Amino acid sequence: MSQTIFHPSRSSRAFWGTCGVLVVLVLTGLFAAHHMESAGHWVTGMTNRVVWGMPHVFAVFLIVTASGALNVASIASVFGRSDYKSLSRLSGLLAAALLIGGLSVLVLDLGRPDRLIVAMTHYNFRSIFAWNIFLYTGFLGIVVVYLWMMFEPRMNRFVTRVGTLAFAWRIILTTGTGSIFGFLVARETFSSALLAPMFIAMSLSFGTAVTLLLGALVFRLKGENLPAELTGKLARLLGYFVLSVSLFVAVSHLTHLYSAGHQGIERFLLIDGRPYSLLFWIGQVLLGTLVPAVLLLSDRFKHAVSVPLGALLVVIGGLAQLYVLIIGGQAYPMSIVSGFSESSTFFDGVIAMYRPSLPEWGLGVGGMALAALIFLVGTRVLPFLPVPTPDQPRA
Amino acid sequence: MLHGLTRTVGMIRSFVVLFIFALSGSAGLFADVAKPQIPASRGDQCVEPVEIMRRNHFEFIVHQRDLTVHQGIRTKRHSLAGCIDCHSTKTAAGQYLPVNAEGEFCQTCHTYAAVKIDCFSCHAAVPTEKISQSP
Amino acid sequence: MTRLMNCPDPSPAAPARRTFFTQAGVGVALLALAPGVRLVDLARARAEDEPVTSANRWGLLIDTDKCQSGCDECVSACNEEHGIVGHGRPETDAQWIRKVDLKDDQTGHELSIPVLCQHCEEPPCVDVCPTGASFRRDDGIVLVDKHICIGCRYCMMACPFQARSFIHEELTGQRTHAPRGKGTVESCTLCVHRVDKGEQPACVEACHREGHDALVFGDLNDAEDQLTKLTRASATRELRPELKLNTSVRYTRF
Ligand code: SF4
Repeated sequence: MSQTIFHPSRSSRAFWGTCGVLVVLVLTGLFAAHHMESAGHWVTGMTNRVVWGMPHVFAVFLIVTASGALNVASIASVFGRSDYKSLSRLSGLLAAALLIGGLSVLVLDLGRPDRLIVAMTHYNFRSIFAWNIFLYTGFLGIVVVYLWMMFEPRMNRFVTRVGTLAFAWRIILTTGTGSIFGFLVARETFSSALLAPMFIAMSLSFGTAVTLLLGALVFRLKGENLPAELTGKLARLLGYFVLSVSLFVAVSHLTHLYSAGHQGIERFLLIDGRPYSLLFWIGQVLLGTLVPAVLLLSDRFKHAVSVPLGALLVVIGGLAQLYVLIIGGQAYPMSIVSGFSESSTFFDGVIAMYRPSLPEWGLGVGGMALAALIFLVGTRVLPFLPVPTPDQPRA
Repeated sequence: MLHGLTRTVGMIRSFVVLFIFALSGSAGLFADVAKPQIPASRGDQCVEPVEIMRRNHFEFIVHQRDLTVHQGIRTKRHSLAGCIDCHSTKTAAGQYLPVNAEGEFCQTCHTYAAVKIDCFSCHAAVPTEKISQSP
Repeated sequence: MTRLMNCPDPSPAAPARRTFFTQAGVGVALLALAPGVRLVDLARARAEDEPVTSANRWGLLIDTDKCQSGCDECVSACNEEHGIVGHGRPETDAQWIRKVDLKDDQTGHELSIPVLCQHCEEPPCVDVCPTGASFRRDDGIVLVDKHICIGCRYCMMACPFQARSFIHEELTGQRTHAPRGKGTVESCTLCVHRVDKGEQPACVEACHREGHDALVFGDLNDAEDQLTKLTRASATRELRPELKLNTSVRYTRF
């Protein structure tokens, strides 16, 4: 195949306008975080029962998505599909940007974000969380090296090797992220070996969706379209990823339904635990799985917007899925003495109230905006974008 | 590796401190910053010579804190509660003033050196119970 | 812990002092015997400058027959002891010990038990804490080192007993022996500041004062201790036994 030529994003009013909107969102996020830290977490919806809230939904989404955003690069360099190569630089940049966005949200939600240095100098090696700190920073480092190999012609020959390392690393990273929840033996909703592979499937799906969305955006701002052929391939791929996630979801609910002691929580999440049951059926299943699967896989709905719309729905469904998993899983009461009904002044035995507060939304959305901003500015600074080939007419 | 990391962090910290000292040194050429007026304390003598305390009090406190929290060693000599016992002043009405209030023992110096104190968001800044004064 | 090593010791007399204290330990313990309730007998007394060891394992036995439903003396004593005051926001206010009312789903039998940090031998909070702020002291007391807690709340996700609280706001008026502050996680310390002086936890004392005597504190490693004798003599259970945490807090008669 002929050598693809790359160039940076063009400076345009649309480009800087978009960046401006993102900057405002990032600043709002910072302001929200500052408010949460100075007033204390009581101004959020999080409580002693629901200790992880909206920020964690966004942070986990971004981190999981970061690993999946590397799909295109992996397909190109690990699986040797050179047609994906034109987007592999973008894919690396996107992965790094998403990870930085997610980690920022996670860090800014800490009770003592000023002690970040403590988190980097004191490690408890039994903690999966501590391992994740290494996995995340390592991932960033590997992606940077990976990009360098891609950018520097003399280093191109190492791309496959580094790409393979990055591929292995991202699988471990997502396993690690899933295990943050999977290792919570005390909580019946989370404690499951299925969570790690499910997170891998989620990362493939969300990552491809965000690649399609932000890829389309950055090309649009340049007055072009994402290469059509590649878009088609990625869209099909995304369709299959969506189905694979739904398979894991189905299996995990079914195993829970058949195992003793889990019926209560299943009933809660699937039938009567509003808003979680609604989010599950409408957000995760209908909007996040069924509609995008049809839009992306069926030929009867071929339309210019079906791919971006499908990808957007996957993102929304993904957020709904994480909301149900993370917050629904905490809202349902944990039984301390089995066989007994419990009540207390500390909300034992009752479903916990949780309403995401404005600052939490601000922080979460701010993290998403930060990722997009880093991505856009990155494309302006370095040649990430492929120059359209003659068979790719301008839009 | 952990040790290495801590060392690196320590090194960076010393550089930053040096840098700040250099800055404040050169600033001193131009402006005379008034020396802090430190309120008087109870007892005749500190647990270590004053010169050493000025420079290293945080090392003692951090050292003691780790011993106390993790090993249950509760010697009084370098305990923060002991510092507060001697160094807090009372109002005319007999009320203790927090050591981190403006003009009080800890804050005076920390304002002068522009170093934030991170002790008193958790620790009591006034004596709340009898601590024996023995070292 | 690296920091422990490079702390300067400008006083040349330090080693000598140390031996003095160790020898004086017995004397100190003797003196200390006079006021208040003393639980530690001479053989187990620890000098101020001696680290805790695994020779002791502090524990609590809760007699659910003696514990009165509707009584929450242990809870108020704990709040008093540690300066815990509510902010009128029960969902975010701290609670180290709480009374849980139980009703047997099959028989309808009702009882009321205090639930607090169970001081597990294999504490899930300690396993998950990224910085090592959650730790188990050698004598079995599970604590948070709030100096290195970053407030990630992973330990609260991991705790099987909902025993931990996050400080959701700025605090004032802390007690000298109970430092607590915004942005960190805390839970029952088994009144470690009292235990280190050879005294009983505040909740145990309060229950005794009320004449209920439902709580017995002691050393599970000491065969002669009242607690150990009781746990040997009658059936006890730990909460959530399926998790195999080997808790130091145990319940009897239910
Ligand atoms: S909140 Fe503090 S004690 Fe709990 S896991 Fe995080 S760092 Fe450790």
